[in-house]
Amino acid sequence: MMYPYIPTTHEDEQEMLKSIGLNSLDELFSDIPEEFRLKRDLDLPKSKSELEVRSYLTQLANKNCSTSEMTCFLGAGAYDHYIPSIINHIISRSEFYTSYTPYQPEISQGTLQYIFEFQTLICRLTGMDVANASLYDGGTAVTEAALMAAAHSRKDELLISKTVRPETRQILKTYAHSQNLKVIEVEMADGVTDLEDLESKVGDNTAAVIVQSPNFFGILEDLQATGEIAHKAKKAVFIASVDPISLAILKKPAELGVDVVVGEAQGMGIPLSFGGPYLGFIAAKNPFLRKLPGRIVGETVDKDGKRSYVLTLTAREQHIRREKATSNICSNQGLNVLAATIYMVTMGKEGLKEVALQSAKKAHYAFEKITASGKYKPLFNKPFFKEFAVTSDIDPETITAALKEENIIGGYNLGKDYPQLEKAVLYAVTEKRTKEEIDKLCSVLEGIK
Amino acid sequence: MRNYDKLIFELSKPGRKAYKLPELDVEDKEIKDLIPEEFLSDAELDFPELSEVDVVRHYTNLSNKNYGVDTGFYPLGSCTMKYNPKINEDAIRLDGFANLHPLQPADCIQGALQLMYELDRSLCEISGMDKMSLQPAAGAHGELTGIMVIKAYHEKNGDFKRDKIIVPDSAHGTNPATAAMAGYKIIEIKSNKHGLVDVEALKAVVGDDTAGLMLTNPNTLGIFEKEIKEIAKVVHDAGGQLYYDGANANAILGQARPGDMGFDVVHFNLHKTFSTPHGGGGPGAGPIGVKKHLEEFLPVPVVQKDGDRYYLDYNVPHTIGKVKDFFGHFGILVRAYTYILTMGSDGLKKASTMAVLNANYMANKLKEYYNLPIDTLFKHEFVLGGLKDPLSEVTTLDIAKRLLDLGYHPPTVYFPLIINQAIMVEPTETESKETLDEFIEAMIQIANEAEENPQLLKEAPHNTIVSRPDETRAARNPVLKYEG
Amino acid sequence: MKVMKDLYYTKDHEWVKVEGDLAFVGIADFAQSSLGDIVYVELPEVDDEFDKEEAFGAVESVKAASDVFMPIGGKVVEVNEELIDDPALLNSDPYENWMIKIEIKDKAELDELMTSEEYEKFLAEEE
Repeated sequence: MMYPYIPTTHEDEQEMLKSIGLNSLDELFSDIPEEFRLKRDLDLPKSKSELEVRSYLTQLANKNCSTSEMTCFLGAGAYDHYIPSIINHIISRSEFYTSYTPYQPEISQGTLQYIFEFQTLICRLTGMDVANASLYDGGTAVTEAALMAAAHSRKDELLISKTVRPETRQILKTYAHSQNLKVIEVEMADGVTDLEDLESKVGDNTAAVIVQSPNFFGILEDLQATGEIAHKAKKAVFIASVDPISLAILKKPAELGVDVVVGEAQGMGIPLSFGGPYLGFIAAKNPFLRKLPGRIVGETVDKDGKRSYVLTLTAREQHIRREKATSNICSNQGLNVLAATIYMVTMGKEGLKEVALQSAKKAHYAFEKITASGKYKPLFNKPFFKEFAVTSDIDPETITAALKEENIIGGYNLGKDYPQLEKAVLYAVTEKRTKEEIDKLCSVLEGIK
Repeated sequence: MRNYDKLIFELSKPGRKAYKLPELDVEDKEIKDLIPEEFLSDAELDFPELSEVDVVRHYTNLSNKNYGVDTGFYPLGSCTMKYNPKINEDAIRLDGFANLHPLQPADCIQGALQLMYELDRSLCEISGMDKMSLQPAAGAHGELTGIMVIKAYHEKNGDFKRDKIIVPDSAHGTNPATAAMAGYKIIEIKSNKHGLVDVEALKAVVGDDTAGLMLTNPNTLGIFEKEIKEIAKVVHDAGGQLYYDGANANAILGQARPGDMGFDVVHFNLHKTFSTPHGGGGPGAGPIGVKKHLEEFLPVPVVQKDGDRYYLDYNVPHTIGKVKDFFGHFGILVRAYTYILTMGSDGLKKASTMAVLNANYMANKLKEYYNLPIDTLFKHEFVLGGLKDPLSEVTTLDIAKRLLDLGYHPPTVYFPLIINQAIMVEPTETESKETLDEFIEAMIQIANEAEENPQLLKEAPHNTIVSRPDETRAARNPVLKYEG
Repeated sequence: MKVMKDLYYTKDHEWVKVEGDLAFVGIADFAQSSLGDIVYVELPEVDDEFDKEEAFGAVESVKAASDVFMPIGGKVVEVNEELIDDPALLNSDPYENWMIKIEIKDKAELDELMTSEEYEKFLAEEE
């Protein structure tokens, strides 16, 4: 039988076998010990036509509730921001998506240059000196930064605020266990990091202090004050996880004493796609230049003096340093880097700011309106960006179900991660939401018994 | 537009816009009335100002400076650069997949969970394992997750003295880097003269401090580790676990299964074996499969089925925890499952068979012109050792650069480390005999040029938009962002 | 390969030059030549203390990297900052361009190192 992706004909097969000096295809596998040869077909369905495959997958996809059919007020780490059309068109160029890691610079200048542009944009957004070519996602980026801090400071205590996204903290704990590093959680007070508790925990063994801003509750942390406490420990690294869109209007982490900035860039042109693939980034001050995990692109000239780009500082990486590498990572989020780069330059100087402003203004409008009657109360009274939490007497599952009836994807049930916050729900509002959608959310919420 | 050399920042002109958002329809309050001024920046964002046409032309021009599988033959050893089917790309863009929030309630995500469950079952059948975790984001991430699972297993047994992972000297660099990242010491064992694990050397290093052995089979020389049964026994008798690096799994689909060979943990690179695109460096996916005795250590959540409902199961008794956000690279999982559905049991077996046929055909033709240090039956790839003439000044690097002139992506070079002047060729099953013959001709031409006009090779490439960018300069004085 | 007289050497191709209670540490000609163009030198901080055979820094070329180990234990009293700005100095003269200056912890550890004559013999055998 012939298959669309396998061009070898029966005649080719015979000719090639003859040229090798074999009599049958089976002999190609004669080096596998007989007892390990699979003597039956794999227990999978037989091959299918494109039409059949497409129809089956469409059926599966249709069993899900998409954010294009329902109105999404769910965030908690993944956001329904608008994705300009041009992104999908450009990332669909197969010169980009069917290429490998740009190890051969002569035929990879396209990939190398967009990564260089991405590094530049991330530096401009965060105010940091250097950025790499990306990491798997926002959660693992926090961990990679923490491991870098431990290696840099040669200390073993990683302090992380309880206002950091719970999943991020779980990832950190998983990795830290392997390396015998200690993860110490810092308490929270009224929805932000408890700085007194932090101060009491910072000490000689502190390798890193990690906070998130806007934090998991959408609230802005006092980065400056946190950094001052963190830096009381010699060589301790202050790491902040940020929402890159918020940086279009907020003060840059670099001005606030942050040493390493990480974050999740999914909101910048990458579809929700049931949680991945997303885009983690890491940017740092100059002293961390050669300690950064992952790939980095640098500018140079070719033998005729022409400006060109190459993967650089590779001596840190696994294929050279093997067990002494700064990390075992050997990929970046290539195509998603391209998507975020196109997003950032398409929105540009004014657009990213407008996305940030509209998201913040709509979120505040929704917050005022939801809490107006007193049925839903603010969980915390602190400045927030595009997400906020409210609490009520109603069970969050009941709220989610009532909203779904009205074609609305409700907020995140905070009680899942914070038992003391049972009945609190976290809502996210992006620039995509209209006044009409927000008003409908509020009226459905008001109507729940 | 070959000479297009602008950075996006150099196209910027004040006032241009490539976007338009709806007018704000809620009351327009001053931002400082919503967020205290101390948090707000008064500086402008230093981003370019462009029109949509500027952006599209710029990146289209950049795409023309790239070479992909759709451009031409990409015989990059160990990377399995097979064709990336277009229906896979359509599948991830289906509304119910692309626009699905990961934290929606269970009744809203049944289709996604069903796909993940079916992919889990399919990969288990292909590998001979019992349960998968689809969470790891890449091959190296799968390795790390798998080694953490092995560590958790030993710890649960109170077996804390096992602090060493054994790795053959032919292994991918990620293997030792992974083991070190998981807190292990690395013992490297030398390959024997056939390019295989030296079982006696292995016996000499195993003991009650052995946590496990990481093995690629077929190995990075493209050779099947025939003594796998004995290797597995030596490791298991010492109380260690056996890890299968699935980088080379394209050679054995439907032919043999790591689970049957005695491996306890495997990872697959979906972007190699299961046709998902490499995307210029990512994202890929590196799911791991484990045998029954290791299921209780998998990262949470795993996907389970109860009657006809699918659910995310966080109740894994001794879970290592979480290794990444949400549930893995779902978009990559969709592509890989699309491929498995398309190929079926028959197509997958055929793919491996043809990948192996192609590799052996090429090795046999090329060995007349290049060194083939280990000449044997290969699986999906083979490793040449530079030119026949030991005195030639032409190196593997020169050969690779000359291939660029002739329109090819070169093979993997200088890896594995145990072969001098290594050229690692992996044709994959998606290339025709005509393509292979043309590439063989190109390699023969280069071997001839090396004798007749070595300077031509030393200065190659001649036809590319840039030639041999200065890597020393880039590393000595790093310029990592545009300062204009 | 150039070997300087009156220095002590290790099998990893580091050298030590003793001056009273202090010593200079660097990499030998063989090391720089096998690495190729050195692009970066990583140095410790003053006051850092290391045991014999502990890695105190690293040298990197484009395609390789190597840790540099303490030939003898000691406390760092000075680092050669010039190497940070111009790593190629290690290629041009690895003996003139020391990496760190240390306070020697235990002079007896010097006895375990090779003299320049022994090191020359060692190099000859390696080849």
